[in-house]
Amino acid sequence: MKFDDIQANLLKTIANLDGVPQGAVNIRIDGSPALRHSSPNIQIIPKQDKPGFDLEVAPGTKGETVHVPVILTKSGLTDMVYNTFIIGEAADVTIIAGCGIHNSSHMNSQHDGIHEFILYPHSKLRYVEKHYGEGSGQGKKILNPTTTVQVAEGATIEMEMVQIAGVDDAVRTTTVHIQEKGYVKMIERLLTHGDQHAESHVEMHIDGPGGSGQVLSRSVAKENSEQVFRAALIGKADCAGHVECDSIIMDHSKIRAIPQLVAEDANAVLTHEAAIGRIAGEQLIKLMSLGLTEQQAIDTIIEGFLR
Amino acid sequence: MLRLENLTMVVENNQGENREIIRDINAEFEAGKVYGITGPNGGGKTSLAKLIMGIYMPSQGRIYLQDQDITPLSISERARLGIIYAFQQPPRFKGLTVKDLLNIARPGIDNLHLRSTLRDVGLCPEDYMDRDVGPGLSGGEMKRIEMAQTLAREAVISIMDEPEAGVDLWTIQKLIAVIVGKYKKNPRLTTIIITHNENMLHICDEVLVLESGMLVHRGTPEKIWPHIRDEIECKMKEQCSGEVAYEIR
Repeated sequence: MKFDDIQANLLKTIANLDGVPQGAVNIRIDGSPALRHSSPNIQIIPKQDKPGFDLEVAPGTKGETVHVPVILTKSGLTDMVYNTFIIGEAADVTIIAGCGIHNSSHMNSQHDGIHEFILYPHSKLRYVEKHYGEGSGQGKKILNPTTTVQVAEGATIEMEMVQIAGVDDAVRTTTVHIQEKGYVKMIERLLTHGDQHAESHVEMHIDGPGGSGQVLSRSVAKENSEQVFRAALIGKADCAGHVECDSIIMDHSKIRAIPQLVAEDANAVLTHEAAIGRIAGEQLIKLMSLGLTEQQAIDTIIEGFLR
Repeated sequence: MLRLENLTMVVENNQGENREIIRDINAEFEAGKVYGITGPNGGGKTSLAKLIMGIYMPSQGRIYLQDQDITPLSISERARLGIIYAFQQPPRFKGLTVKDLLNIARPGIDNLHLRSTLRDVGLCPEDYMDRDVGPGLSGGEMKRIEMAQTLAREAVISIMDEPEAGVDLWTIQKLIAVIVGKYKKNPRLTTIIITHNENMLHICDEVLVLESGMLVHRGTPEKIWPHIRDEIECKMKEQCSGEVAYEIR
């Protein structure tokens, strides 16, 4: 399988791929599957009734990495895909997803991914998803991922969602249910600029005793962009949950951060921290006193903050 | 060599009145020497340091670095000419590591140099190199990391603002030894230490006393120290009139 330059660049940016990776892989290009192969432990089976696949990790699988990137290079296309990820009991794997859009026309390009994660008891998943848009046209690059996560007893998922550049419009909706002693850590990193708009709505239900969940968001809003971050933790048992949203606001941007805590059990311990602020003058002065220009200092601070 | 000529800084207070923070200071700082600046709180020590770094701009007077007038230059330009200021209260950066900051202070610093610099300020490289310079560090740790950047940069003019504040006694002794070893004998470098610490003042070649924005004394530590000590004792007596002692009894 050969990729053209635009495709190769998108794949490199969102999934750090140089060519075809080893192991199980599913690459979707412009609304249809371009490359798919399974490994002995990880089966990728196309859905019969709608676009998308079921990815099944066999119980006990350890240390495998699966790549499932999506790229869009044709404008005027709305790609809708339904993917189900089933992580078998006591498996421990990494999934690298991501969506890259190249749009140089006046028509919009849109990808709406409906993702479902089912983690069986004591399984462990690291999920990384990068969103990226490029192209000089007037057409918007739109991404609306909807994700549901079911974490069974003693299972763990770490999700890292990154959107650093080029996506005009994004509404991310994530719903998580955590059972007994399950653990979820969700990290979002977001940078918006120009007239971009990004929303993230997270609902994390901690249903089982000993369950715990963390939602951490770091974002930077530049120019006229707008961001909404809403995260609700619902503790229904003896559990622990924490929401943290930390934002740097610049220029004429707008940020709304709405952490919400709902405790339905006297032993639920739920906490939140939210902060929005500009880059402190002292930070700039400090870096400038080490020889950086003001712009270099700003870039360094933002890069570190979103790392 | 650094030269301050008729340096004055006026700021407006809350009532809209002008106040002279720095008053007509003239001073020269030669290469190869360590200078101490001391004096009461609010005397203008940090303001003077920030004027030299370009963080504050003077209302009158000039600053010369090796006979070049640097008064109109920005912070970054002065930094590139070889001035560094180690902050009294260094700011924190979420996401930047100790290693990142040392790399900015000295671009391309090699691993060996990085590690020895951290050890010089009493920090174990393994534990600190990849640590975030964020809210997880104590004030004392932040001060040591600040000093590490100053040491790594090896600037022509290094201004250290109370480097010993919040740092434990053992590290202060080590820090003093490092300053003596690295700066005192180096004929290229000028070091200015703002301090109240007697041991720190005694390694200085010369001590300047700032009070109410004015340079009131200048001399060797041996000459200046008794003067400072007597003055502090006098002031205590004047302010308390012995009342505190009675109350304690």
